[in-house]
Amino acid sequence: MSSIRLNNVKKAYGATEVIHGVDLDISEGEFVVFVGPSGCGKSTLLRLISGLEDITDGDLYIGDERVNDYRPKERGIAMVFQSYALYPHMTVYKNMAFGLKLGKTDKAEIDRRVRETAKILQLDKLLDRRPSELSGGQRQRVAIGRAIVRQPKVFLFDEPLSNLDAALRVQTRIEIANLHEELKTTIIYVTHDQVEAMTLADKIVVLNGGNVEQVGAPLELYNSPRNLFVAGFIGSPSMNFIKGEITLISDTGVTVTAGGGSAVTLPLKPGKATVGEAVTIGVRPEHMNEGADGDFHLTGRVDVVERLGDVSYVYFHLPDTERLTMSVPFTSAAKKGEAIAVSAASADIHLFDEQGQALERLP
Amino acid sequence: MSMQKMRKPLGAAGVHAILGAYTVLALWPIFLVIANSFKERKAIFRDPLALPTIDSFSLIGFEKVLGKSSFGLYLFNSLSVTLITLAIVLLIGAMAAWALSEYKFKGNTLLSIYMAIGIMVPIRLGSVSILQLIVDLDLTNTRTALVLVYVAQSLPLAIFILSEFMRQIPGDLKEAARCDGISEYGIFFHIILPLVRPAIATVGVFTMVPIWNDLWFPLILAPSPETATITLGVQQFIGQYVTDWNSVLASLTMAILPVLIIYLIFSRQLIRGITSGAVK
Ligand SMILES: Nc1ncnc2c1ncn2[C@@H]1O[C@H](COP(=O)(O)OP(=O)(O)OP(=O)(O)O)[C@@H](O)[C@H]1O
Ligand SMILES: [Mg+2]
Repeated sequence: MSSIRLNNVKKAYGATEVIHGVDLDISEGEFVVFVGPSGCGKSTLLRLISGLEDITDGDLYIGDERVNDYRPKERGIAMVFQSYALYPHMTVYKNMAFGLKLGKTDKAEIDRRVRETAKILQLDKLLDRRPSELSGGQRQRVAIGRAIVRQPKVFLFDEPLSNLDAALRVQTRIEIANLHEELKTTIIYVTHDQVEAMTLADKIVVLNGGNVEQVGAPLELYNSPRNLFVAGFIGSPSMNFIKGEITLISDTGVTVTAGGGSAVTLPLKPGKATVGEAVTIGVRPEHMNEGADGDFHLTGRVDVVERLGDVSYVYFHLPDTERLTMSVPFTSAAKKGEAIAVSAASADIHLFDEQGQALERLP
Repeated sequence: MSMQKMRKPLGAAGVHAILGAYTVLALWPIFLVIANSFKERKAIFRDPLALPTIDSFSLIGFEKVLGKSSFGLYLFNSLSVTLITLAIVLLIGAMAAWALSEYKFKGNTLLSIYMAIGIMVPIRLGSVSILQLIVDLDLTNTRTALVLVYVAQSLPLAIFILSEFMRQIPGDLKEAARCDGISEYGIFFHIILPLVRPAIATVGVFTMVPIWNDLWFPLILAPSPETATITLGVQQFIGQYVTDWNSVLASLTMAILPVLIIYLIFSRQLIRGITSGAVK
């Protein structure tokens, strides 16, 4: 168990910088999830922390020690790879015991730890099998077990579930959550799966192009994304963006007019925004409703209706061709090609200025 | 499935026929040697292609070779030179291959090219300078001289083949081991070596056979009776005017056995699929 601190950490491969100065504080026992689009540097950042890659510039602290120049084994970390990376020529037992054995841990102690871990992960009946004789989910559990027996200060997971099928992913996700509950070890977890990030994390770090866009608790990111990128990235289906213009700034908030013509006053601080500024209005699909109950009104034409059983997604477009998504109860009668009236409550609407930064809410 | 599709134009029968014909062709001389080694001298000449019959059967060649000549010594020389070379080539070759394939360091490419040249240029071109060097080192007529030359001869190809195999081992596996706290030596001996076992066996066979069969270097570097290898020792039965075919064939037959045994040991290692299940 250990806290981790990154201080302006940079990574360059040759002349190309891929991590542009990341500051991050991770407290002891926290479950931190890195999310971001492909190629944004999630794995690289994780590998910098693990010591598999050298840090080009900046400081990395694990506990109170600056570990920039420490090798992986000296950092007290354990890593679980997307590809599992089990030693193919060793049994499950040996896979888990190998690091300890070469680390000269007492034999009885190794045996105790391996069997205990195997029990937690329900691997006790598989200890004599080779990795090739296991299912994907079992392999992933062995990989996790191999990390656990080392009793590291920090667990690092790089997309550990992306090779599993949907049902197994849910099950393993829950197991990982329980594991964290039990072990209380600091975990850093890379994923590009929304649901994994939202359900597992104490704290989500949204990365984009080698920069941290926002750090916060899952609901904090969902409720108050700091900019357009985070707003579009967190939440599924993603937030709708509608072009608009500020028409009035008053004590009660900011009034905007959407391209479609409907005006709405939002309880937001104007900040640096000025009247006449082109802005982006953001509304989540789940915050839109059919009908005219809300404060913000739109009318469009339905393109497609997807019925998923409990919920339906209505894809529609506004007269000026902006395409939007709305999620509605399965009882909705929306039909392809028909006109549709949609509204949303002003409290649920986000506003982003010309630079894509979110306007803060009025207290 | 896809393999079968690829074979379609020839058909399985065609492939088997070609391979079978080649096998017969390759085994024919060996069959002749073994069959004739059990025949009387006259029978060898009367009908070289016949199998030994009750009339023509004779162990005279084996008796002569085992009784009168120093066959045991030659066998020991051949075996010791081959096995020691093999051990050195496999160990050093694997370590060098690991270094070249895994670590980035200055001169890595240069070294690889240097090794490639070693594969392309036949070592016999340097026989004169090698002989001079061995004389200067005062190593003539020693098995050490042979081992040194054979190691130099075999290393480049061994390194080349092994480094290709080691490059195919998934990087995650090495990194997992590094995170697991394993030292670089530990990774090499406990993970890399077991995983490239089939390649090591292949390299072992490729290294061993030319050394076992070599006549050239024993002849120029270690021709003394104490250090002669089997191939050299057999030459004493081949005279300018008469050749003792019984003894020649008997020695050759017995010389096949040790390589055959070593080959069988290696070929057991050539089992595929050992890496399956490492990474998905
Ligand atoms: N060894 C390397 N040499 C040069 N560039 C690299 C190297 N490794 C990664 N990169 C670059 O660094 C950037 C970040 O890569 P990284 O693997 O961290 O992405 P990621 O966020 O993990 O993506 P994904 O979700 O696809 O796994 C990419 O643009 C990649 O091209
Ligand atoms: Mg990645």
